[in-house]
Amino acid sequence: MHVVVCIKQILDPEIPPREFQVDPQTKRAVRGRASLVISPFDLNALEVAVQLKERAGGRVTVVSLGGEETPEALRRALAMGADEAVWIRDGALEATDASGTARCLAAAIAKLDEPDLVLFGRQAGDWDQGLVGPMVAEALGWPLVTNVFQTRGENSPLELLQQAEGGYRVVAATLPAAATITNHEANVARLPKVREIMLANRKPITQWSLGDLGLAADEVAPRVVVEALAVPVPEGHCTFIEGETAQEKAQNLARALRELKVI
Amino acid sequence: MVLVALVAEGETLPRPGREALSLARTLVDGGAPGPVVAAVTGPGAVQAGGEAFALGADRVLAVPGREATADRKLLVDDLLAAWEQAGGQEGLILCPGDEAGRELAPRLAFRLGAGVASEVVRVRWEGGRVLAERPAYGGKAVATVALPGPVGVVQVKDRAFEAASPEPGRTGQVEELPAAAGPERLRVVEEVREEAGGVPLEEAPVVVAGGRGLGGPEPFQEELAELARLLGGAVGASLAAVDAGWVPPALQVGQTGKSVAPELYLAVGISGASQHLAGITGAKHVVAINKDREAPIFRRAELGVVGDWREIVPALIDAVRALRS
Repeated sequence: MHVVVCIKQILDPEIPPREFQVDPQTKRAVRGRASLVISPFDLNALEVAVQLKERAGGRVTVVSLGGEETPEALRRALAMGADEAVWIRDGALEATDASGTARCLAAAIAKLDEPDLVLFGRQAGDWDQGLVGPMVAEALGWPLVTNVFQTRGENSPLELLQQAEGGYRVVAATLPAAATITNHEANVARLPKVREIMLANRKPITQWSLGDLGLAADEVAPRVVVEALAVPVPEGHCTFIEGETAQEKAQNLARALRELKVI
Repeated sequence: MVLVALVAEGETLPRPGREALSLARTLVDGGAPGPVVAAVTGPGAVQAGGEAFALGADRVLAVPGREATADRKLLVDDLLAAWEQAGGQEGLILCPGDEAGRELAPRLAFRLGAGVASEVVRVRWEGGRVLAERPAYGGKAVATVALPGPVGVVQVKDRAFEAASPEPGRTGQVEELPAAAGPERLRVVEEVREEAGGVPLEEAPVVVAGGRGLGGPEPFQEELAELARLLGGAVGASLAAVDAGWVPPALQVGQTGKSVAPELYLAVGISGASQHLAGITGAKHVVAINKDREAPIFRRAELGVVGDWREIVPALIDAVRALRS
């Protein structure tokens, strides 16, 4: 089984709102003191891939498209148990969007040694778009199972456990297939041990440019233009319910709720 | 043309689909080039498609004969055939804020070489182009994006737009298209239910939600559940409570959880992180109980109580009972 995991390195989403700023000129978030991390759902995807490898054998390739700090994210993925890494790196990708990213990832996947399964986090923790996974599936002509949290079995058809309203469903997928991964107690990302981090430094990171992927710069031109990026002003019109005791506050609240006609 | 891409599992159009149809009607009435075309695939396509006229469609293209499938690649082929049939040169495609819509929008956009905006909360037709607003960075920012090409795809966030009531006089003839052929590579082999029934969170008129401040799983099953039952509502939770393993992910409200739009959203021990607030933009009245007067939830709340939920919530249960008796 050859599993490919596509990951994105993003601004730490845990950065508190008061430190979060955007640059109205570039329409991007200001990095400030925030660190770059692997997008949270991508970590869940890596965990699902490594668990599948441990059960069914085979290998895991991690792929990321990004700037100069991308190797840091790839090293982390290698320490978690990925076997090799691909860094898609090209100056022409600076301004690309989800469709350009998907085109590059699909070309990279097609160039790899016959992947059986490609995993994505269900959405990136910066723009929360959830576009790249379905687009790559469309580019490859593969089926996609969304919101998967675990896999079962060792071969095609592989069973993918998909979160559903009020429970989950088991989807048998004829491989090759793609899946987006959501968080679940079964796929909390493992913390690599020091030895694994050391070993990861010896694993290969291949670099591919647009030319290596057989793509021209105009094929990755953005289809979407960000017109504005702004931090919303909090509304702030809260009426505080007062009272000497908890009972009095609760009684005043109940009366206020009745006046709003919601109880 | 504004084409609304719909999937009907049953014989009626689900709420997210109706929301997208209503938005399409509003855009065209506001100057965007029409007509409003409803493209419907899935087992209930023809019957559900018939409803689309009363909800604002000028033309309905339905694909009968598409059995329920987990392989949405097939649904994309059906919907693209409808797009071609309707003209297929330029226009806007709207997808609803459900699981199918979230997968279909990027697939359709990719196939058409179009720009796409997902989880959109506001759409404007301005100067001959579409401008879509959506939250980004976990709700810490709002992005306005333009889709400059001849075709644009917008997937609307669940509950961000209101579904109009049907106009009984508006009817029409559903046009039928054959289902696209292709192998089905995904098969649902098992459905597992994990929770008991009760009022579904997304549809509940009252949501009583708990966060990190509750300190453990018990209050969700006891105090919050009792208050929710009393008010005819459902229990929800913040990401922090889900991450702590106190409640299942199905209860999570927020950017990466559910979007809810109840009459009353009662936030108990929830600080109000942006990503949580992104899930309650449609809530009519937000009330917060929190021990920290500076908590960001009070900037969203209309009414606030500063205090220990352990005292306030049981007292509130008594007070509501007393008011009613």
